[in-house]
Amino acid sequence: MAFRNYILVCGGTACESSRSKEIYENLKAEAKKQGVEDVVQVVQTGCFGFCEQGPIVKILPEDSFYVKVQPSDAAELIAEHIIKGREVKRLLYDKDKASKHAQVEDIKFYQKQFRIVLRNCGFIDPENINEYIARDGYAALERALFDMTPDDIIAELKTAGLRGRGGAGFPTWMKWNFSKNVESEIKYVVCNADEGDPGAYMDRSTLEGDPHSILEAMTICGKCIGAHKGFIYIRAEYPLAIHRLEVAMKQSRELGLLGHDILGSGFDFDIEIRLGAGAFVCGEETALLQSVMGRRGMPVPRPPFPAVKGLWDQPTVINNVETWANIPVIIHKGGEWFSKIGDADSHGTKVFALTGKICNSGLVEVPMGTTLREIVFDIGGGIAHGKKFKAVQTGGPSGGVITTENLDTPIDFGSLIKIGSMMGSGGMIVMDEDDCMVDVAKFYLNFTVDESCGKCMPCRIGGKTMLGILEKITAGNGTMHDLDQLTEIGETMKKSALCALGQTSPNPVLSTMRFFRDEYLAHIVDKKCPAGKCKKLVTYSIDPAKCKGCTACARRCPVEAISGTIKQPHKIDTSKCIKCGECLKTCKFGAVSVH
Amino acid sequence: MAKITLEELRKLRQKKQDDLQKRDIAGKDCQIIVGMGTCGIAAGAKVVLDAFLKELDAEKIENVAVTQTGCMGLCYVEPTVEVVVPGMPDTIYGRVDADVARKIVKDHIVGKKLITDHIYDRPSVDIMKNGGK
Repeated sequence: MAFRNYILVCGGTACESSRSKEIYENLKAEAKKQGVEDVVQVVQTGCFGFCEQGPIVKILPEDSFYVKVQPSDAAELIAEHIIKGREVKRLLYDKDKASKHAQVEDIKFYQKQFRIVLRNCGFIDPENINEYIARDGYAALERALFDMTPDDIIAELKTAGLRGRGGAGFPTWMKWNFSKNVESEIKYVVCNADEGDPGAYMDRSTLEGDPHSILEAMTICGKCIGAHKGFIYIRAEYPLAIHRLEVAMKQSRELGLLGHDILGSGFDFDIEIRLGAGAFVCGEETALLQSVMGRRGMPVPRPPFPAVKGLWDQPTVINNVETWANIPVIIHKGGEWFSKIGDADSHGTKVFALTGKICNSGLVEVPMGTTLREIVFDIGGGIAHGKKFKAVQTGGPSGGVITTENLDTPIDFGSLIKIGSMMGSGGMIVMDEDDCMVDVAKFYLNFTVDESCGKCMPCRIGGKTMLGILEKITAGNGTMHDLDQLTEIGETMKKSALCALGQTSPNPVLSTMRFFRDEYLAHIVDKKCPAGKCKKLVTYSIDPAKCKGCTACARRCPVEAISGTIKQPHKIDTSKCIKCGECLKTCKFGAVSVH
Repeated sequence: MAKITLEELRKLRQKKQDDLQKRDIAGKDCQIIVGMGTCGIAAGAKVVLDAFLKELDAEKIENVAVTQTGCMGLCYVEPTVEVVVPGMPDTIYGRVDADVARKIVKDHIVGKKLITDHIYDRPSVDIMKNGGK
């Protein structure tokens, strides 16, 4: 027999520290005492991601969301809610209060996420077209084919205010409109699925979880601009996403939703997959198009823009996976609906891949205008292991850091640029007090130097020179003049590099220099790395007063740099030490320290 | 000539929506849905899927459909599994391994009890609910 009610008590770390365990025990005891233990089951759950309002108790099937519950509330919850079936209003989170970012009626404020792009991810079997259709899949295509003119489609996108989710935020309707207005018998539609930012996997998950939404969106675009051929450019290192796309394409062709005379409308459209070899620069649209045509993936100067002259010199609309995934919803629910989500600057939602030193890493989709604080501390559950928050890197190697002082900046295209970062494709890497910002800048620059195609001088030589300077600084040989040079080269690259990769690659350096100048100065003036990351700047030593002579560290040291006899304080020979940090991890007495 | 007409597509959609509403997937009333994105698979979703199939087979349970879905976004607790049983709230379990999978079959599917410490919340409301209107 199933229970009538289920009480879920949040057992996340944050809630547990605010006595959720006691609430759980009390609820169980009260259920027994009041004779309803056969009617209700009390269970502990994982984090609900609403930690600031914890401890949280949720009662099913009513879906009552109780916040700031105290152990002493257990008796009342059982007596009122379970026995009398009345919600305990005093503890309820006010459900009528709509989120300030999304004026959509059914959004519950405690669920900070709002999923448009990921609407089907985790709901449908991606390899079964029927499940997509059952959730209104291809209903937008119906509208686009039978009820709308190309101009209607453009108007709908314009009302929606959708901007490109690949990073730059160019208005999608304008792009489509450019291509639509060019007279040409042959036009193309391209999906940019070349996701390359370190730590970003939003596009992969979308393709793996909901491949049909991309096919539907591209077909709608084809109808709008008058194209009959589409390409999906995806990296070969995403085998599952490719497989699911292939299955999806086969199923829609079999049903007649792709191919010749779609739904009897007389409109033909088909899609081909092109595999990329994983070069970062091929995510840049002009380089990507070169690669689709079988040429070497190198950017070409714009204008002409691809929307006017793209693949084989024909008008080509190229959008990112996330942009495409928004299209069917906009056409189906209307641009008006979409435009109400988000803030004044940017409409809709943004998907982020939340990684790094965060408790609840994962894919999150939030309305535009949500603050970084809400993402990191509410959805992400805060910093792991009780460490202190330092910064978040958005926009991958093209973006910059956002620090504590900007935690309350709304996340939209305009605000992020104002604080020296950018939206980027959606990678969000959280850093804590143990991360050295000079080292982080070096990591990203190393990546872009590696991935530079070498075609234009500012990127090829500028990046390499900047990296050399950063290496010099992290080795303890930096001078104040180096900082000026970094700024000068960086600013020059921004102005003169050929494509976005080169123009944005100095961003991590410039942004960390702006917000963490003190860390650069510590490396240059004091020859110290405050976070203890830059190996050449740290020394390990053993405090003789704390060392018990247990020999654990000496046995662990891979280069035999630690000497000493048993029960006597040990010593580290700094000339032999390779700074691997093993002794620090091994010591049980806290005698090893890093300077 | 088109393979499917507009009318046929609309009929197909209606039928599939009804099936979903009735919770009747190919004559089975319970569902176990395993998150099989790259993240889930890397965390061991394939082993979990196998464990479910084996356990259902061993216990001779025939009213449960085991299917797959994409990433739900709860990467920190992968593999994730959604369990749908009539008369019980839809439940999402995280950090599922073969042992937890067997427990889900015994306690949740057969015993109609939720399993403590593995329940997570779906991260957002479903905008496509009620036909997406």
